[in-house]
This record gives sequence, C-alpha cells and structure tokens, in this order.
Amino acid sequence: MSHHTIEVDNLSFCYPDGHAALHDVTFHIHMGEKVALVGQNGSGKSTLLLHLNGVLRSTSGSIKVGGLPLNDANLGQIRAWVGLVFQNPDDQLFSPRVRQDVAFGPLHMGLPDAEVNARVEKALAAVRMSDYADRVSFHLSIGEKKRIAVATVLSMDPQILVMDEPSAGLDPRARRNLINLLHDLHDQTMLLSTHDMRLAAEVCPRTIVLSGGRVVADGPTRDLLYDAALMEQHGLETP
Amino acid sequence: MGFAFQERYQAGDSPLHLLDARVKVVATLLLILGIVLTPQFAWPAYPLIWALLAGLSIIGGIGIGRLARTATLALPFTLAAITLLFTTPGSPLVQVLGLTITDAGLGRFLAIVLKSWLAVQAALLLAMTTHFTDLLWALNSLRLPATLIAIISFMYRYLFTLREETERLLRARASRMAASPTGRAGGSLAWRARVAGGMVGNLFLRSYERSERVYAAMLARGYKGQLRTLNAPPLSRRAVLLGAVPVAILLLIELVALIWWR
Repeated sequence: MSHHTIEVDNLSFCYPDGHAALHDVTFHIHMGEKVALVGQNGSGKSTLLLHLNGVLRSTSGSIKVGGLPLNDANLGQIRAWVGLVFQNPDDQLFSPRVRQDVAFGPLHMGLPDAEVNARVEKALAAVRMSDYADRVSFHLSIGEKKRIAVATVLSMDPQILVMDEPSAGLDPRARRNLINLLHDLHDQTMLLSTHDMRLAAEVCPRTIVLSGGRVVADGPTRDLLYDAALMEQHGLETP
Repeated sequence: MGFAFQERYQAGDSPLHLLDARVKVVATLLLILGIVLTPQFAWPAYPLIWALLAGLSIIGGIGIGRLARTATLALPFTLAAITLLFTTPGSPLVQVLGLTITDAGLGRFLAIVLKSWLAVQAALLLAMTTHFTDLLWALNSLRLPATLIAIISFMYRYLFTLREETERLLRARASRMAASPTGRAGGSLAWRARVAGGMVGNLFLRSYERSERVYAAMLARGYKGQLRTLNAPPLSRRAVLLGAVPVAILLLIELVALIWWR
C-alpha cells in the first residue's frame, strides 16, 4: 500500500443545478510532493479539493488516497489522512476557543483525551501559536486565524495537506510567515490551490493548471508558470 | 451602532473567577431558587440577601453599585405583575383611574420586584465572573443536551461575524444614500422598507451559505453527527465547599424568614 499519495482518474462532477464543474480530471501526486493547483476563478479548483476527502462525491471517475479508493467504507480513514484547510478561516474555526478547534479533529478520530491534548500542543507549536490556545477565535487577526486553521488539521496528523487559497487576504508579513510555515512542513504531501503565483513558484516544484474544469497543463512549476502564453490563455499571469 | 449583545464578562482572577464553573452554575441556580421561594412579606430578608450578593460581588471585584444598576435592566419585566396591585384583596390605599390599590396588593407587587431584582443580580454575578465558553462547558458537563450546547456555541461563535457582516452592509448602504441639496434623502418609506428587507434576506442567505461551509469543514475533520468533547476533570472538594458557602448563608436567611418573619 502506498502512503501520502493522491490518484485522481477521469473525475467529472456536475453540481445539482446542472453546472458541470469538472471534466475528466486525471493527475497523480506522489509521496512528499508539493503541488500548486492554479486556475482562474470558477475553474473548478475548490470543487476538486472538496472531492479529495469526500465532502463532495462524484459518481464518475475514481479517487484513491494513500492507495485506498474513496468510498463509504474508507471515508473515515481518508478524512484522517487528508487535512483540508478551507479558504476562509472563519469557516474552519467554528469553535469558540482556539484549543477546542484544534482538538476537534483528534476528538472525532476517537483518540483518548491525553493523546488529544498532546496533539493540540504539538500542532499549535508547529504553527508557532502555542500562546493562543485559550484565546477566543473571533478576536484574532486573519493571519493568526490562518495559522490556527493549519493547526486544526495538523493535529489530525495528516499524510496530505490540502489548502484552498492559503495566502488570500494576508498582508505581506503574514503571507511571508505562512510561506515559511509551508516550507517547514516536510512530513506531508501538499496540494495548494492558489492565485498567488509567487507563492506557487516558491513553495511548489510542480504545478497543475486547471481551466474550465479540465487539467490543461501539469508539470514543473518553472516551466509552466513562466510560460507567458499559457498563463495568458488561462487568465493567469507569470510570477 | 447600538447593538445590544455585548459581553457581560469582566476578566479577572478573583476567587469567584477562578472557581470551577460547574460549581458556580449550580450555586447560582440554587441562589435564584432560594430568592424566588423567600416568603413574600419577610421584609428583613431582602436586605440580608442583597448584602450576601453584594459581598460576593466584592469578592469578585465587581462594583456593588454596578451590579445593582445593571440588574435594573430586567425590572420592566415585572410590569407583568402590575395587576396584582389592584386584584389582591386587602384594605384600600389609593384610587388610581377608578382602580383601587390595596395594601396587600402593593406588598405582593413590591416583593416580586425585589425578588426579580435580586435574582437577576445573582445571574449577572455568574455572567460577569465566568467566560461564556466556560459557562457552556459547565452546562455541557452538567448534562445539558449536547445539541443545545452546540447551537448556543455556534451562535456565540458567529454572532460577532454576523454583526460585522451587518455593519458592512449598513456601511455600503449608507455610502450610497446620497441626498441632493434640494431633495429629501432616503426615498419613501416603502422604498426604505424594501431595501431593509433585501438586506435581511441577503444576511440570511450569507449565513445559510456559511453554515454549509462550516458543515463541510466539520465533515472534513471527521464529524459523524455526534459532537465529542474532552472529558471534564473531576470536581475538587474545595470548589464544592466554597460554592456551598453562599448557598448555606441563603438557606439560613430563608429559615429565619420562614420561622420569624412570615
């Protein structure tokens, strides 16, 4: 069995209102890779990410995470493996206090209290927010919320980290801190959906370009992101 | 903007703040129960109960006057009992608008006003010395239904987010409500009502969509329809004893009231 991998084959998805968001998407991500997913608004990035741990389910095509096919039987396991960080930290941090939010994942994995507490401390330390454990979430700045949102999935000890627009809305310093944090995380395979081309160039050696729900390019970041014609054609720009 | 929901909690590290929230919740409920059950014409009992609450507020570092003033916010609700003034049989005192106020009626009404005022002070004392999240935690470990706790906790988490959204909407509206030098600003009443209605609908939709995203975030972290929380640490004997002190004092006052002042 392979760990830390994502295999998506011929995935298509239609929203209930008939809007087709993904067409025949195929890509494989190997252990330890850091991959950027770029594409203009509405290209299907978020829809794709929501498939990776089964929040959205498609009937057409197949997804394998860590070698396990995504189905009802494996759903719990796959959700423990794939840490999904949502774009808006106000959606991700739904508990009144930081500690409760970071503990949510481990608690729902059924871990004993002592292990939950240990993981909360470790995850907050990893994003350098240990002092914030007993703070109330809505009083934090967006940069702080973002780091804690990352901690809420790190506490589940995921094999794969999937992030939707990690740098959106951050000021330069908070963005720099986040990039450093992403550099420092070595244990996880990473898939980042982003409009931040410089972040993609800095953090991810590989890039997948999504356009109109299709994969239009997949290769080394330095080849794709600096291909001005390709970027222009899909509503993007070079870093 | 005059939004009514502000936090009552006053940060501090007094013995009252540090006391186990579960003990505080139970003690407060017992105090309120005791206050409500005071024999109604036991007038000397009321200042004594107030002295007990004032003592607690001093321990908690909350001004006596402040507690008393804030508690008057609840007094308008006692108007519901105003008919007692006229309907209780007794010797007539005065005539108002053809209605007769009796002495017994006045006594019963005053007792209700005093009891409400004291009970609200007891509840405020709890709210001012206990952070809302600790209060929820205490209610949860006292076996209040988990779904109810979850609803209150989400409300607390998103009330402020919702308020910010409302403020943004109002600001957007205000910045487009220009007036010409001659004309009247704001349009007709019907027009303004339509704008306000649209804003309420807009807020509802935003909240609804947010709830779907929050639910997705919960699912992504392994939520399976059952909320789990960390087990509560055991209650310390010391906390229980401390919590029992004000309850015992009130019990004493009530006993005296029952025996001598009835």
